[in-house]
Amino acid sequence: MKLKELQSCLQQVDVFEEPKVLLEQYPTSAHIAACMLYTIHNTFDDIENKLVADLGCGCGVLSIGSAVLNAGLCVGFDIDQDALDIFRRNSEEFELTNIDMVQCDICSLRAFQKKFDTVIMNPPFGTKHNKGIDMQFLKTALSMARSSVYSLHKTSTREHIQKKANDWKVKMDVIAELRYDLPASYKFHKKKSVDVEVDFIRFCIT
Amino acid sequence: MKLLTHNMLTSHVKGVTKGYPLLIKATEVKVSEVEFNPQFVSRMIPKLEWSALVQAAEEVGHLNDLPTELLPDYENNEEFLRKVHRVLLEVEVLEGSLRCPESGREFPISRGIPNMLLNEDEA
Repeated sequence: MKLKELQSCLQQVDVFEEPKVLLEQYPTSAHIAACMLYTIHNTFDDIENKLVADLGCGCGVLSIGSAVLNAGLCVGFDIDQDALDIFRRNSEEFELTNIDMVQCDICSLRAFQKKFDTVIMNPPFGTKHNKGIDMQFLKTALSMARSSVYSLHKTSTREHIQKKANDWKVKMDVIAELRYDLPASYKFHKKKSVDVEVDFIRFCIT
Repeated sequence: MKLLTHNMLTSHVKGVTKGYPLLIKATEVKVSEVEFNPQFVSRMIPKLEWSALVQAAEEVGHLNDLPTELLPDYENNEEFLRKVHRVLLEVEVLEGSLRCPESGREFPISRGIPNMLLNEDEA
């Protein structure tokens, strides 16, 4: 499948009806999701026939993309029932059968130790009174994955993440620097949209 | 919830040490066709808790003739792999609950999604 096909496919995925500020429910754009998944699939072969987890899956764009790229099974995890309801409807509309969902709190998730081949995620960046939540997601992701974790993090936090990666003895590679276009989803946003510099990172468990 | 997901799922209520396997009480089960991928199934088998899978299949009424012991040389046994494929990926619990074997805490399954959220005093 070509990148453009994947992207136009993912544009059909419905997103949050009423995004929740505290959960930082910004949708992952079809463009960013497609770029991430295309690279994970074509460069690293970490999706096809793999058991994939998507942490903080929201409405499921990364899970649906993984399923479209023939993951053996992709399991989406999220705390929010409303988001999972939209995700379920999405996966029904796409008629995907290699998808499953679990409602849970990623921050207190201690199960699934090394059960998944690959973990993908677009975690909350921890800017809404939940500082450090991105690192909690990453820690959980690394505990669940056998080989690799793919994640998005604010470029401004790269040094801190590198330090943590060293502490946890995982190899970290910044695959791409992206501009994450956050549309004004909430009332307190004064500008129409704002660009945030984001790193697309691969963590390799050795 | 597919039984492959169930096979990995544990309860982490405060004080619980193992919390596995979660007992399934299913009120609605669906079987839908999923493309058979022998390579994926073979790769999953050594990672499964076999006895938990057999128990889960029995609880949802889809044990059929799944062997209670894992067969040797299963990689080349297509008939066996198809049976495993069926219970792992095709059988889904839509409504019901999961019960922690240690604490007895029940986790509801609604529209195919198990809710594993804990209350503050349980975490």
